Amino acid sequence: MDDPLALLFLTGAATLRVATPLILCAMGGLFSERSGIIDVGLEGKMLMAAFFAAAVAAVTHSAWWGVAAGIAAAEVLALLHGLACITYRGNQVVSGVAINIIAAGLTIVWGNAWFQRGGQTPALEGGERLLPLFFPRAGDNILVYVALVAVPLTWWIVTRTRFGLRLRAVGEMPLAVDTAGISVPWLRYRAVLICGLFTGLAGAYIAIAQNAGFSRDMTAGQGFIALAAVIFGKWRPFPALGACLMFGLLDAVAIRLQGVRMPGLGEVPVQLIQALPYLLTVFLLAGFIGRAVAPKAIGVPYEKEH
Amino acid sequence: MKAVRRPLPGPLPVWADIILLPLVNVALAFVTVGIIVRIIGVDPLHALELLVVGALGSPESIGYTLYYATNFIFTGLAVAVAFHAGLFNIGGEGQAYLGGLGCGLAILALDRYLPAWAMIPIAIATAALFGAAWAAVPAWLQAWRGSHIVITTIMFNFVAAALMVYLMVNVLIAPGSMTPQSRNFEPSSFLPAMHGTALNLSLALSLACCFAVWVFLWHTPWGYALRSMGHNPEAAVYAGTDLRRMTMLAMCISGALAGFVGVNELMGVHHRIVLDFPAGYGFAGIAVALMGRNHPLGIVLAALLFGALQQGGAELAFDIPTITREMVVVIQGLVILFSGALVQLPRPWLQALFSPRRPS
Repeated sequence: MDDPLALLFLTGAATLRVATPLILCAMGGLFSERSGIIDVGLEGKMLMAAFFAAAVAAVTHSAWWGVAAGIAAAEVLALLHGLACITYRGNQVVSGVAINIIAAGLTIVWGNAWFQRGGQTPALEGGERLLPLFFPRAGDNILVYVALVAVPLTWWIVTRTRFGLRLRAVGEMPLAVDTAGISVPWLRYRAVLICGLFTGLAGAYIAIAQNAGFSRDMTAGQGFIALAAVIFGKWRPFPALGACLMFGLLDAVAIRLQGVRMPGLGEVPVQLIQALPYLLTVFLLAGFIGRAVAPKAIGVPYEKEH
Repeated sequence: MKAVRRPLPGPLPVWADIILLPLVNVALAFVTVGIIVRIIGVDPLHALELLVVGALGSPESIGYTLYYATNFIFTGLAVAVAFHAGLFNIGGEGQAYLGGLGCGLAILALDRYLPAWAMIPIAIATAALFGAAWAAVPAWLQAWRGSHIVITTIMFNFVAAALMVYLMVNVLIAPGSMTPQSRNFEPSSFLPAMHGTALNLSLALSLACCFAVWVFLWHTPWGYALRSMGHNPEAAVYAGTDLRRMTMLAMCISGALAGFVGVNELMGVHHRIVLDFPAGYGFAGIAVALMGRNHPLGIVLAALLFGALQQGGAELAFDIPTITREMVVVIQGLVILFSGALVQLPRPWLQALFSPRRPS
């Protein structure tokens, strides 16, 4: 531990471990928000995915079925969000809040009914979890690499493909997209489903890779930190990655700084470091550090002229 | 909420729009809950029976139902006042937390010197002040700096939670205490409570707030300006409303109302500052406001229902171990979904139901 290189490596690995679900979740949120659908329900989708990933992994003894179940669970909620926001043109924030609350309740209700452990799933071991691939101490399971690949992939899709162009257009000016003869709802549904895929992976990571099973409210606000990262990254993939890594580093540092006196500062409260992602996002949104401009049509249901 | 009120071809009769549609929405939520209860292997009707008995079966259970309803009235009103101004306050959780901190600090500072008739009003006022202040920051950021109030109030919930943990662990913790809670308040700060239950005078405060909100929104010029801003900001500006000040006013009232949850919890029940007392009431307020259609009377009815669910749900979980208290959280979420985001879902069905009588 005294070796500075080892310390650097371990801090970097810890950062990446914490940042992985944030990155996956943020890429999902980015697709949804670039298409004009606000997603404050990232947290709920991730939580539901975490529960189903752990539950199915425990029952089938297979991490891969767990991942699949996590994705499926998140997709169901994503479709619900799409139904409310796209088909029924409901309030997108209300829908997201509803999904968060439903997920917080249902995971415990079902968990308790199925496993009788107060909402927890049985502890997972061996092949029921996603294990590190190359560095056992770093915890570099497959989803960490998936998260790292997801960022350039998202960048490429959003900025370099026809689908991405249309996706951005539908988030800025859906009328133009509609006029060009392209279906606004179908585009937005695809964006919402991609968001479901990523939040599903993020939830599965938390339950069966980072931890060994589901426990109540285990996402603990990470969906909101990911949302903050999307905003902090100004709705662009690489800056959002940067924000996730920064928030991950803050978290990794917060654990190390517990009870440590900093020269000149005294003891830095851990709670302050934990609140920093939220505070920084508030500052950014208020225009005190740069300017974050959301997609123009975000939160506005699109209504075709009759 | 503008999008929800879009005009549709073949309008429903007014009474159906105001009464039937919301009832159908709530019914859909409860049918879904019934299905979920069925899935986990419990007879929904049996569960309902236990729930009703648990909520209303004895004076004590009615007392607890009303105590829970008090919190729901406060947060429901808080969400509704902001809704009327076209603002979505998701920060009720944090504002309730800060309201509790406010009254707690006032009590810790003064309860050894003041008699009850002075202590209680001061503590209630401080709760309102702190709740309002915590809502004023996001309001100010939206009005003057253009940041979105939804995002800022979400972030402020987390900041409030972190702040409270810091204060309780490092500053306000009672000397020698192992758990993060303050010293006990002196009895001069206790609100009179019903014997054997948590029901206390806060219920009267919440009903007074309902009346005050009703008078304010529908019978004062400020309330009129606030609602006009919610309906049509451009028209409100044209009519001479200062949108920035109105945003501040709406959010401060909203935050103060949410802050009163702290009064009910700390001055009525816990008699010291504890962690996590908002326990989801801030979010549940969204369900209460949506179900009560943002009207104080509707909010009281919705709050009574949610209070009964909270109390009955606890009893139900005690009787049937496969059901946990979180079933109530699921119901809250489903009500928000069906009465809020999917509010238009049953409209085509109802229109089909009504259309034969009015051939077009």
